[in-house]
Formats: sequence, C-alpha cells, structure tokens
Amino acid sequence: MALKGNLRDFSTTQLLNLINLARKTGTLTITSRGNAAQICFKEGKLIYAVLGGQDGHLADMLHKTGKLTEEQARTVREHSANQTDKVLGQMLINAGHVTQNDVVQAVRVHILDIVYRMFSWAEGDFRFEPTLAPAQDRIVVPVDLENVIMEGSRRLKEFERLQDELPNLDIALRFTDRPDTRLRNISLSVEEWRVVSFINPRNSIRQIAQFNNMSDFQIRKIVYGMLQAGLVELVRPEGVAPPAPKPRVGAAAATAPAVKRSQVTRLIEFFTRR
Amino acid sequence: MQTVKMVVTGPFAAGKTEFIRAISEIDVVSTERKISSEAERIKDATTVAMDFGRITVDQDLVLYLFGTPGQKRFDFMWEILSEGMLGFVVVVDSTRPETFREARSILETFRGYAATPYVVAANKQDQEDAWTPEDLRIALKIDSRVKLLPCVAQDKESVKNVLLELLYAVLERLDEQE
Repeated sequence: MALKGNLRDFSTTQLLNLINLARKTGTLTITSRGNAAQICFKEGKLIYAVLGGQDGHLADMLHKTGKLTEEQARTVREHSANQTDKVLGQMLINAGHVTQNDVVQAVRVHILDIVYRMFSWAEGDFRFEPTLAPAQDRIVVPVDLENVIMEGSRRLKEFERLQDELPNLDIALRFTDRPDTRLRNISLSVEEWRVVSFINPRNSIRQIAQFNNMSDFQIRKIVYGMLQAGLVELVRPEGVAPPAPKPRVGAAAATAPAVKRSQVTRLIEFFTRR
Repeated sequence: MQTVKMVVTGPFAAGKTEFIRAISEIDVVSTERKISSEAERIKDATTVAMDFGRITVDQDLVLYLFGTPGQKRFDFMWEILSEGMLGFVVVVDSTRPETFREARSILETFRGYAATPYVVAANKQDQEDAWTPEDLRIALKIDSRVKLLPCVAQDKESVKNVLLELLYAVLERLDEQE
C-alpha cells in the first residue's frame, strides 16, 4: 500500500520516525518547489540520499570533507567520467589518496547534509516506494535514524528560532552608525564577508542570499549574528502585529456511565451471531 | 427498555455517516447539509449536528450510534453527544494524511470528555492509496494497547468487527475495574 502525502500534513521528522519504527526498506521521494530529493532506507536505516540537481560525485564529497583539494577533485572528476563511485573509491584508496574511512565519512556527511535540509522543507509531496533501491554503483552507508532525527529536530528548532528572529527576508540591511570601528575588531568568515559586500539599503536580504547562492537558513544565520553583534540594522517595514493565538476551548470531563456487564455481553453475543 | 450509546467520531469526510449507515437497522437520521465551502467540497453534503442509527439487540436492549459532525465549527455538539457513551470509535480516512493531525486532536478531545474505551477504525482500506494500519498507528501515535482496526465503512461485516472490538475493549475495562 502507498505511503504518500504532503509534508504540510506529515513532517520529515514524523516520516523518518515512522520509517525507523516500522523498519522500512525502500526509497522516499520528496518534491518541493522544483526541488526533488530521494532518500533510501534499508530495514529502518538511512543508507543513501540524492538531491535533484546534484550528481553527488564522490570527488565532490571528498572535497567537501577536506580529503581532496579543489584541484584534485576536479582532476578526479575529469578522469573518472565513466567510473562508478565504488570503482572510483577503490582506485583512490589503492592510490593512497584517501582511506576507506575517508570515503565512508564523506558519503555519510553528504547523505546527512541532504537529509538535514529536508527537515526545513515545510511542504512538498512525498511518496515511499518499498521496491525502489539506490543504484547498484552507489556507495551506501547505513546510518541509524534515531540520531538523525534528534539532530534534525535540533537544527529545525534553530531554523525556526532564526525564522522567528528574522521572519521577513524582503527587508534591507544597513550598517550601524560607526561600522568601521566595529568591523576592525571583529573577525568575519568568508561567507560573512560575502554578505557584507552586498549590504546596502537597496538590496533585500533575500537578494543578498541569491547573489551568494545561500539558503534561507544560511543567510538568516549570518544576518542574525551581525544583528546581534550590532554591525547592521534592519531597515524595517511597517510592523504587523502577529496574529493572536486561537483560544483553546476547554473540555469538561464528563463522567463515564455506569456500564452493566450484562449489556456488553448481550451486545457481543448479538454481533457475533448476526 | 435499556439503551446503550456509542459515538462514532473522526475528521471531516472520514466516513462516519457511512459507518453508521452500514450497520443501522433504521435509515440513519442524518442532519446533512450541502457543503458551502469550496475548500471542503470533497463531498456533496456533510453532517452538521449528528447522525443517528439504531440497533435492536433484543426486547430489552437497544444500541444507539451517534455520529458527530466532522467539521471543527460544529464541535460544540461533540461534548453533548459524548454524554453517557459506552465507548467511541474514531474513524480515520487512511488515504488522507492531511486529516491525521485532526484525527489525533479529536481523539484527545473525546478522551478528555470521558474515560471510556475507544478504538480507531482505519477506514478506506480497500483503496490503493490507503496507509497501512501499522503505519497509521505510528503516524497517529496510537498506543499499542489501543485497537487500531482496518475498516471499510461501506461494508457491514467490517463495521460489525469494529463495534465488536470496541465491546471487547469495554469488557476488558470492566474486568480491570473489578
């Protein structure tokens, strides 16, 4: 039977929990706003994931985890166009460039990176297909879902907190009165400098994210840090009061009726012989 | 004449009226009205006050089935209908995960009304898109001690089985109390 629906109604956390508890094997496909992700499971364990638009080349995974330089990754990609991940991994191990553990860790990080992104997807159609397995040539790494769910939930909470702090990405930023003094005394990461270079009342935060190819989460995190450090301030639009929470109607607990055993027994007999 | 009462509840369009119709010996006294909201136009009419079905067990005993309105704006009827119930059935449309949260909420609300036994009927199990009862149990966070039963509300035998299981649950509760 089908296991399908929308993340709006059944979240990524709930889905992973279900797959874990039911020890399911198969592939979960999620499509949201033009993005598509496939996450594969075996007996309730996460084993592989692929995000649409990314081919998930092993060289890129190893570069991401710092096991190959950018140059090495590019060379490997160019010379291994027709190699499967498994063969390529074996070649790199045999050549002494990486260890088996490096490969496993790189794939693991890649898979988890995709799955953690899924936690922030608020809506999207999903479908679980029990017969669908990852391609044979892919390296699969079994990962227990309990920790993934815990970490994903923690990240989601952080994402939600940032969203609360910075709900509107269509507003602009400007430097506070004396930014030079402060910037001199603070060390910024490469990503933060990239954002700084676009800070201008004409650029919305969303535009800055687009210029830098950053996700909503990444830009929120950076802007929030800068706001907290007093480096920038928001050019705020007219504030809108948040909607008042709906009052919950309290339910008075009625007392259960005195049930006669004979009535229940007669009903059971009635339905059994009917 | 003794009467006992069971309540059939669940989200909008879960199949509560069909459930009662399948088993009632009388034509179900239904308070259906045409759907006015476009968003809820997945069926032509909906229950606005209650459905009422009757099963005569013998000369002295009659079972009444009350179906609750599924739409949230009629929830003022729920507590009235739950007064004095022997137990309740939560009907869930297994093909519509968008209603699972509502089903869970309704279940908790009815548990708050009275500490009576209940079962969950996983309706529309004959449809291809239906979630399995095992998956539904996890999705709805139903305790393993609570009966979650596959069901097709149009099928009398299926409905009878759900009611029987609720009666067994009532009996078990009586055993525990004694």
